[in-house]
Amino acid sequence: MSIASQLPVLPIIMPIMAAPVTLLLPKGRAPHLWACLFTWLTFAACIALFREVDMSGPISYHLGDWAPPIGIEYRIDLANALVLLLVSGIAALVMPFAYRSVQLEVDERQTPLFYGAMLICMTGLLGVTITGDAFNVFVFLEISSLSTYALIAMGARRDRRALTAAFNYLVMGTIGATFFVIGLGLLYQATGTLNMADLSKQLIGQDNRMVQAGFAFILVGMGLKLAMFPMHLWLPNAYTYAPSAVTAFIAATATKVAVYVIIRFFFSVFNFDFAFIGAAFTYVLLPLGLLGMFGASFVALFQEDVKRMLAYSSVAQIGYMLLGLSFATVEGLTASLVHIFNHALMKGALFMAVACVVLRAGSHSIHAFAGLSKRMPVTTWAFIISGLSLIGVPLTVGFISKWYLLNAAFAAGHWYAGFLIVASSLIALAYVGRVAEVMLLREPAEEGKYAMAKEEAPLSMLIPMWILVLANIYFGVRTDLTGDIATRAAEALMMAAGGAP
Amino acid sequence: MDHLILKVTSKLLFAPIILFALYVQFHGDYGPGGGFQAGVIFAVAFILHAFCFGLDETKKALPQKALTVAMVIGFLLYSGTGLVTMLRGANLFGYDALFPASTHHAGQHYGILVVELGVGVTVASTMLTIFYHFTGREPDIDQEDW
Repeated sequence: MSIASQLPVLPIIMPIMAAPVTLLLPKGRAPHLWACLFTWLTFAACIALFREVDMSGPISYHLGDWAPPIGIEYRIDLANALVLLLVSGIAALVMPFAYRSVQLEVDERQTPLFYGAMLICMTGLLGVTITGDAFNVFVFLEISSLSTYALIAMGARRDRRALTAAFNYLVMGTIGATFFVIGLGLLYQATGTLNMADLSKQLIGQDNRMVQAGFAFILVGMGLKLAMFPMHLWLPNAYTYAPSAVTAFIAATATKVAVYVIIRFFFSVFNFDFAFIGAAFTYVLLPLGLLGMFGASFVALFQEDVKRMLAYSSVAQIGYMLLGLSFATVEGLTASLVHIFNHALMKGALFMAVACVVLRAGSHSIHAFAGLSKRMPVTTWAFIISGLSLIGVPLTVGFISKWYLLNAAFAAGHWYAGFLIVASSLIALAYVGRVAEVMLLREPAEEGKYAMAKEEAPLSMLIPMWILVLANIYFGVRTDLTGDIATRAAEALMMAAGGAP
Repeated sequence: MDHLILKVTSKLLFAPIILFALYVQFHGDYGPGGGFQAGVIFAVAFILHAFCFGLDETKKALPQKALTVAMVIGFLLYSGTGLVTMLRGANLFGYDALFPASTHHAGQHYGILVVELGVGVTVASTMLTIFYHFTGREPDIDQEDW
């Protein structure tokens, strides 16, 4: 076996083989170390894969040595190499971070199951990203979703509402997955193939009711999964009641992967000859993206619970990503890809900071944050810096995202969208500012439910959190890294879709 | 629970059900069947046993610990086959690498046989785990627990 030729399959086979083994390990430390080891190995494999794609172009890997379109193909180009790197990188940081948080929030008897489910969830997300086979996307989507339902339900030890949140997500997520697979079924009926590259070839010139219905089903199905604005109702509860480490992981990865799937289907499976897609961009994604930006941000303003506030903010941020890709230009797509990457960095760091507060104060209500700068200064500043990034202050990644997005909006002639982006950033300033005010200026509670000792979170949590916070600044200064890669990825996607470069 | 006719009949049926499960398992390459169906049939034999003799008796015969191990082993049989084909220089699940000298793709035959066995073991043990958890659950949740 040569490692190089088998590299594309390693990010899938390593964690999925490691996951069931956690069940046999003794409870406590062992499953955690095992899961850490394999997320790091996976991250290393993803880095190697990214370098390979960056240097020598797209890679195609044939499972079972069956050539596509008959066999399943893993196809990695720059767009999904970037998402792979993101998912495995966040996992590699969240996994060591999780230990102390999980110790507090999850029943000790469930720890082997917890880390097993985390590994499976990561495998599913990586699989959705890596595959070049449309049906394989559905299979991996279910793998990641099912493990996410279980992970969210494990928050029930602290708050029983996690069970209804998980069940709600289960119902909504299953409807989404069913719609997606119905859409695939219709496309399969129309073309007789499931390989994405082949689908795109066979769909040229087809513009009939069946393909249109398939397209609509895929859009709505993935819309549910990625919490597109009116279909986001499962998300706030799921994020709020899940164990903190789980929230940090899925908030940074799961919806991003769903956005990636939308991009992949719109640009690599359907093409611009297909008239329906233009209408979907202008009349569905653009207005829903804008509505999400404002509606969800506005709701976030009035949340008493910081975790829930950040969850609504996630819905709003997904609006930016949809807005970017709805322009259907290279600039818009670049902005979308850049924001997928950047938003994962900021939301990961923010939810990690909340996890640190939960560890010490035992609550994620805004009252627990009162006077936090006096008790947990390191965590407070991590929250504030990544909060600034969320608003879009220069020198942070948030600014880069907004910059690309504004550029794209003006270049596409949607000047009003540009103003709306700035306006919604002001709402973000209001809700992040509210928490910052409570943390910096209020006096900490001396007694009662929210009183706590002056104690910083443990290093095992601070280090991964600050790596993410510093990444927020690093990628905000070295804009050429993400921007350049996203531009090249967007150009390649656009070329395949047959649009104007 | 103490029903003699049911106990005798289910004892009589137990072995044929297992045998049928094994038939469906290993005949899956040539006819309808395979790991999923066989695993369910295999689990049904034990579920019938639990119905007629009570869950505790079944748990004595097949404890949850063993099922957990079986789930893991089944999965590793499946993915391990893929790993072996990788180590032998083919892509993941390139079964031909198992018997490269074969002129009639013997590797494909044995490869899928082992994979299906893994599926069967995992499905059977997972079915039983779900059954154990549902039937072994406390009947009422105390209002205080919510």
